[in-house]
Amino acid sequence: MNAERRRLPAGGRIDRGRRLRFSFDGRELTGCGGDTLASALLANGVTLTGRSFKYHRPRGIQGAGFEEPATLVQLEGADDATNLPVTRVALHDGLVARSVNCWPSASFDLGGVAQRFSALLPAGFYYKTFMWPNWHWYEPFIRRAAGLGRAPRDARKLRYETRFDHCDVLVVGAGPAGLMAALAAGASGARVLLVDDDHSPGGRLLGDNAIIDGAPAATWVDGAVARLDAMDNVLRLADATAWAYHEHNLVLVTERSPEGPVFQRTRRVRARRVVLATGAIERPLVFDNNDLPGVMLASAVRVYVNRYAVRPGDRAVVFTNNDSAYATALDLLTAGADVAAVVDVRSAAPGALTERVRRAGIDVLAGAQVTTAHGGRRLAGVLLSPPGGVSQRIDCDLLCVSGGWNPAVHLFSQARGELRFDAVSSAFVPGDSAQANACAGSSNGTSGLADCLHEGSEAGMRAARDAGFDGSVLEVPPVKDDGPAAPLEPCWHVETPAGNGKAFVDIQNDVTLQDLELARREGYGAVEHVKRYTTAGMGVDQGKTGNVNVIGALAQRAGESLETVGTTTFRPPYVPVEFGAIAGQRPGPEYLPYRHTPMTGWHKAHGAVMYEAGARWRRPGYYPQPGETFQQAVNRESEAVREAVGMYDGSPLGKFEIKGRDAVALLELVYTNNWHNLAVGTGRYGLMLTDTGLILDDGVTFRLGGHRYLMSTSTANAGEIYRHLEQILQVERPGWQVLVTPVTAQWANATVCGPLARDVLTATGTDIDLDAADFPFMHMREGQVAGLPARVYRVSFTGELSFEVNVPARHGLALWEALMAAGEPFGITPVGSEASHVLRVEKGFLSLGHEVDGTADPCDLGLGWVMSRRKPDFIGKRAVDIRRNRGGPRRELVGLLPENHAELMIEGAPITPGGRKCASEGFVSACVWSVVRRRTVALGLLRNGRARIGEWVHVRMLDRVVRAQVTQPVFHDPEGRWLRG
Amino acid sequence: MLLIPCPWCGARDEKEFENGGPARVPRPDPTAMTDEAWVDYLLIRPSHPGALRERWWHVHGCGQWFELWRDTVTHDFLDAPDER
Repeated sequence: MNAERRRLPAGGRIDRGRRLRFSFDGRELTGCGGDTLASALLANGVTLTGRSFKYHRPRGIQGAGFEEPATLVQLEGADDATNLPVTRVALHDGLVARSVNCWPSASFDLGGVAQRFSALLPAGFYYKTFMWPNWHWYEPFIRRAAGLGRAPRDARKLRYETRFDHCDVLVVGAGPAGLMAALAAGASGARVLLVDDDHSPGGRLLGDNAIIDGAPAATWVDGAVARLDAMDNVLRLADATAWAYHEHNLVLVTERSPEGPVFQRTRRVRARRVVLATGAIERPLVFDNNDLPGVMLASAVRVYVNRYAVRPGDRAVVFTNNDSAYATALDLLTAGADVAAVVDVRSAAPGALTERVRRAGIDVLAGAQVTTAHGGRRLAGVLLSPPGGVSQRIDCDLLCVSGGWNPAVHLFSQARGELRFDAVSSAFVPGDSAQANACAGSSNGTSGLADCLHEGSEAGMRAARDAGFDGSVLEVPPVKDDGPAAPLEPCWHVETPAGNGKAFVDIQNDVTLQDLELARREGYGAVEHVKRYTTAGMGVDQGKTGNVNVIGALAQRAGESLETVGTTTFRPPYVPVEFGAIAGQRPGPEYLPYRHTPMTGWHKAHGAVMYEAGARWRRPGYYPQPGETFQQAVNRESEAVREAVGMYDGSPLGKFEIKGRDAVALLELVYTNNWHNLAVGTGRYGLMLTDTGLILDDGVTFRLGGHRYLMSTSTANAGEIYRHLEQILQVERPGWQVLVTPVTAQWANATVCGPLARDVLTATGTDIDLDAADFPFMHMREGQVAGLPARVYRVSFTGELSFEVNVPARHGLALWEALMAAGEPFGITPVGSEASHVLRVEKGFLSLGHEVDGTADPCDLGLGWVMSRRKPDFIGKRAVDIRRNRGGPRRELVGLLPENHAELMIEGAPITPGGRKCASEGFVSACVWSVVRRRTVALGLLRNGRARIGEWVHVRMLDRVVRAQVTQPVFHDPEGRWLRG
Repeated sequence: MLLIPCPWCGARDEKEFENGGPARVPRPDPTAMTDEAWVDYLLIRPSHPGALRERWWHVHGCGQWFELWRDTVTHDFLDAPDER
């Protein structure tokens, strides 16, 4: 086979000396250094490169950049990635690519049978057909038949990275305007970041053969880039797309091929000023079969000829409504193609251009239109309708279309800039900026090269000045210009005779003119509705080429202006971005590290299964012994605490030291009970509410000294409580003298609990008198434990005799090991959070996230006794009072005993009247196997629960209904004899 | 992602802050209010397009609570009304 038979012998910005082998749909092909997959395929004469999304129609390559609507590819092997526009895949040796949405290949596609039934697949077909009983039943099958590529099979081992970046001036786009803007801003000394989509800078100058400063534009581009790269204050990124523009000039830029070991990097750039030089995207023209392989954007054809030295066809027709496509005809001629005709919609074709093209031997048909493209798997000819004449067919294998230019206003509009419709260019152009940015060049609707350079220079200078630098306008090099362009004649679609053909407004999503008409007939008139109903513009390409034609067609049908119809909302991302590039290093614990207590190593060495205890703390869940099941381990640990002695690592518990003259006033405000009478060295249980009267947190606070307190909070809630306290002190009571210091991680805590706890502490060696009379419940002592300075608190969350031994964190492990050694003769058992959970449920103690679910108030949970009647006010008091005075049933804390003693009810299971499938009257908040009751016990919240003790209720499990008896919410030692012992 | 002008640290990324909701009058004395007035105080928050006085906590910075005026439509931070 004739390799690269469409490659031109000379010219282009490719490296003919570097041959690259690649495979496409199983065919082995070659390309050159500097090729994209698209240019290499065209060089090899591969024109059928894909099948369409819905109808599986043959598709080719239409564009040359991210606007490409027709061909998406899947990369295989090490490059595994999907839905990439073929035009933006850089060729490398060994690349393996397939077209998406066809099987086994684009040229022999079994799904193509869908074309025969296309009349059955109008817009909204899926919604209408697969409604009953449930769309979600059908979705997986439809997705497989219609979808795009498949997601990469394995999580990438590649390194993604995100980072913050800052600059004075961000210039988006390195075309003529962007380069001038970067040069002007750079010359002022401002910190400039210049980002560009493409591997090579130059923008449109890469594709046209403009003359700047008497030399080919490429020479000027190389010079400008060399100057920029020589500036220390300018950073230039290639193959990097700015794809999102957020508030306060935050622009997200993803580098697809950064230097170094990083695979892709996203920069979150905060720029003082932004210059948007994003260029313009050519509009296609809409006629029957405008999707055939061989129909291409005129500007893309120029890019293939001039940049990649590829002749995409041998016999071409150019179909246009404006001047720009005339240059395509001349370039094709130079490349050795035969150009059969330029078909110009305008009845008055532009004089000078027409003359030049005619002199070159090309026929210009003014006032004519291409109505239909003919061909099977690729273009074979076009049908013309000259004004008033008879239809005429021209054979050709390439049709270059140009329907005008849409400024790439996506980022400008994301930044909430206003768009207006410009009647001269028939396009939406930037209006007023809403942020510190400006558009320059063709993204601003400017067409001539000289004007683009000027605008760029001006925008760069202004941006530098606005950022506080002394910018000045740079001299713009002289360019050879064709003079002012003749106005274009808008052509949103060709009026086609009713036939079998399809005229596509959105090539990627297979949306036709007929679909727009159907949507309108069915009442979807507004452009946002049309978009969603027909899916026009909702493809991977986001309708970069098609959207304005859709708006034009809607405007025509409604007899309105395009401005009135308006655009759909421009949303990020401007181009497809990989999730990895957005997440960066975030998925792993490297980003948000776990917090470990000083005893973590010991726990792991002793077989602990580690849980996350909230606020990123890791804590032992249970310590299974060899051959033990989960339940056996939890029972053994729980029994040890009830019958002998256990020890758990309580270090993660939130701790705050509160000091200052007004510390007690703060406690009186945030807690529901009284604090003014708390003696030094004693502690008290406290309940904290929100001002809406719901429980925020609970815990014990000790008075360490005159104005010094130590507050403990739930592990997971420590951050929230800190916010709560700081907000009160800074916002509500700025005059108070109180300092709150988080000390959670400063203290390690080993809690010894069980009937033998006192014996263990005595054996460990301590100078604290542990006798119950001298050291009662809810008291604290400072002294030595195992030779370490310690604070010992008598608090109990298990219901047993309990000593919380706190030492500075650095002594935590030594304390733990000393207690384990001294406790061995007593059978001391390390206890995890599972056993703690069992013990607290047996005692009916509350737990945040279980009983305290953000809707419960103190009275609901039987905590009315913690509410001070003496205090006129504390946070939440008035709201609780109002709620209580209103009456009405509340869900109240109760115990539940399932009829079957071994039944473990799921936490969260609803309680309903009679177990029927109806509104619930409560739920199970916790259910455990109780080691003291030798059966399962549960806590729950039940409507009017306290009045229903003894009743039987019905708990709905996933597959059955369980009967349970309502009891008091305490299953062990209701008088609290043990914990005070 | 906003760029928030912390009065103590200067302009910093929104990630460093927690929003404290619309700023309000200091918490009134609940014993001096009717039930209705108290419920309104608890539950009714200003929510309108345009200038809004808000509280922010610079939790990953100086740790200070402060108030700012923000246009809820444009996200622009504004001078306080008496300075405008």
